[in-house]
Amino acid sequence: MTAAATTAMQAGLLSCETCELLSRPVHPERPGRCPRCGEALWFRLPHSIQATWALVIAATICYIPANILPVLTTNTPGSSDSDTIMGGAVYLYTSGSWPLALIVLVASVMVPLGKLVALAHLLVTVQRGVRGGHRDRDRTRLYRMVRFIGRWSMLDVFVDTFTVALVQLSPLMSVEPGPGVVFFAAVVVLTMIAAETFDPRLIWDSEERGHA
Amino acid sequence: MPESTDRDDLPQATVVPRHHRTRVSVVWLIPILAAAVALGIAIQRILTEGPTIVITFTSVAGIEAGKTLIRYKDVDVGQVTAVRLSDDFTKVAVTAKMAKSAAGLLVEDAKFWIVEPRITLSGISGLSTLLSGNYIGVEAGASTRSAREFVGLDEPPAVLRGEVGREFVLRAATLGSHNIGVPVYFRRLPVGRVVGRELDADGSGVTIRVFVSAPYDKFVTTATRFWDVSGIDVSVSASGLDVQTESLVSLLIGGIAFESPPFIAAAPAAEAKAVFTLFGSRATAMRPPDGTVEHYVLLFKQSVRGLAVGAPVEFRGVRVGEVMRVGVEFDPKVFNFVQPVEIALYPDLLRARSFDANRLLPPPMTVEERVKRAQLFVDRGFRGQLRTGNLIFGEKYIGVDFFPGAPKVKFDTAKQPLEIPTVPSTLDELETTVASILKKLDRVQYEEVAADLRKTMATLDQTLRDASALVTRLDTESVPELNRALEEGRRALKSADGSLAPDSSTVTDLREALREITRAAASIRALADYLERQPQSLIRGKPAEEDPK
Repeated sequence: MTAAATTAMQAGLLSCETCELLSRPVHPERPGRCPRCGEALWFRLPHSIQATWALVIAATICYIPANILPVLTTNTPGSSDSDTIMGGAVYLYTSGSWPLALIVLVASVMVPLGKLVALAHLLVTVQRGVRGGHRDRDRTRLYRMVRFIGRWSMLDVFVDTFTVALVQLSPLMSVEPGPGVVFFAAVVVLTMIAAETFDPRLIWDSEERGHA
Repeated sequence: MPESTDRDDLPQATVVPRHHRTRVSVVWLIPILAAAVALGIAIQRILTEGPTIVITFTSVAGIEAGKTLIRYKDVDVGQVTAVRLSDDFTKVAVTAKMAKSAAGLLVEDAKFWIVEPRITLSGISGLSTLLSGNYIGVEAGASTRSAREFVGLDEPPAVLRGEVGREFVLRAATLGSHNIGVPVYFRRLPVGRVVGRELDADGSGVTIRVFVSAPYDKFVTTATRFWDVSGIDVSVSASGLDVQTESLVSLLIGGIAFESPPFIAAAPAAEAKAVFTLFGSRATAMRPPDGTVEHYVLLFKQSVRGLAVGAPVEFRGVRVGEVMRVGVEFDPKVFNFVQPVEIALYPDLLRARSFDANRLLPPPMTVEERVKRAQLFVDRGFRGQLRTGNLIFGEKYIGVDFFPGAPKVKFDTAKQPLEIPTVPSTLDELETTVASILKKLDRVQYEEVAADLRKTMATLDQTLRDASALVTRLDTESVPELNRALEEGRRALKSADGSLAPDSSTVTDLREALREITRAAASIRALADYLERQPQSLIRGKPAEEDPK
């Protein structure tokens, strides 16, 4: 038992999710509301694992069309080119700018996939009750990273919408968003929500449960 | 479960009304929704998945996998997905994914070709491909059997489906300059174009397919004649120099024109794919039909230079036939060459007219009738003559006419083709006359004449010299004398002038004398008159005048 201190739940207390006020529950089954800010109180977020799983699965489903469907359609007189995310990365690589290709690959392909894998990993370990102090800390760090990176993952969507808005040289060239970008945005949003619905306290609970 | 606590210093949570909570989170709706949407898209994709086709081209300029589109009437109906060489490296197989909606186009006789910028004399096409790159054009076929493998055309098809009009077939001896796309004119208005040309299987001619757009196709009737208007039609014939051209375009790229001859009143519209003959020029195309043909041969003993095959045979200026063949034959028995000229006579153009009924009689039908008529004609002096139609170009034609004074010939009725005797041409006669004159001139002893001439010249020279000496002498001796004589003459004249003045006595006397002479003359006239009436008075004297009282 290294850094694992007694949790609030173990002490029969609960802290508000919003204002972090530590309070006593009305009833262990139905803890009631925060006396200060009125937020509903839970020892642990209800259905956290279930909801996170649902969102991760939804994001995984969306990840497939996001990569298969084109994100950008370039229309020039007489021809139209549809590009997927991977197609864009390959194009950048073949046209010589491999650092850009790497950025696209990392930001648009690896990161969403990494987030999905990371969340799935956290969920599995929590459900299986994996123990180990340093592992808990690693998992917590992983969780923080997932949450942090979430807000930057919309970069692709951002670039896409900007390009579409700016490149409208109607007779010569026009750019239209492809259906892939919707799915890509869905992946990003769903993983962000999944990261929020996941209650990180469960990581320590599992350890505690393992010791119990 | 958390144990109950005794930390009373902490605030107590407020009570919330109890409400039912499901064991399964509603969040599960999200993945279900996502799955439904993704599945929907996938199903839609599969359902709209069109067929994949393979087109074989001999070369694929500007075709790129994943980029090149397949277009039908400028609508995208597919995209090239792969380009690869055939196993024997002679062709290129282009794999393309077609839109499901275009599946109906993919029938056995669908045509595919590469659309690229084309600049021809008849126009520029495919300019849009300069910006967008080449694409593959597709033309639906008429077949109902669908296919997935096609052979691409090297050139765009000439007639696109949906074009209204009719196709006709022209037969010609040579292709001329009728490439695909060459315009077809009707009264100098471009109304169609050449859509195909091929050599006949036996190589004996060329078949040209032309497409005439609606509504002009209705002007093509069964009587319509087509002719070639390629370039400038310069024809030198017995009728002179003839220059014809349809338009500047046809001058450059050629063309075909058609028209119905005016002598055929109305004819039904021609069927599609009807076969016509392509004439060389408008003149030959618009010629009245020749009707039945009778062959005759004319043997000329003179040069037939300038007589071309196709030259007219004229009867008093009316074309009644044409020259079919000009040759040379050798008769070893008499060791003589003759030029047999085979002609075709169109008896329809030389019809007998019954003047009683004022209608044309039918031409002789049977061989016997024909031979009989020919015999009759020849006996009456029907002869062929080689005539010069055009002195500048030396074009010749055959004139047939009745020469009543022509020497009688034996008409061989058994000969086939029948022989029409010939008479020398008028120019030929002239030539003969000139030749005989020349021959006579040739016989003159030019040397003797020249010697005589020289002698005469010498004599003449001497005479001239004598004359010259005489003149010199006259000049030196006679002229001063003459001058003197003239001076004296002038003086005499001056004195005469003085005596002849109107008031001078000489003149008055002269006038008096003249008056006397006049009177004398009058009495002489009276005497003469009297003598004429009474000549006996010379002997008997004037009779006494009878007193009328």
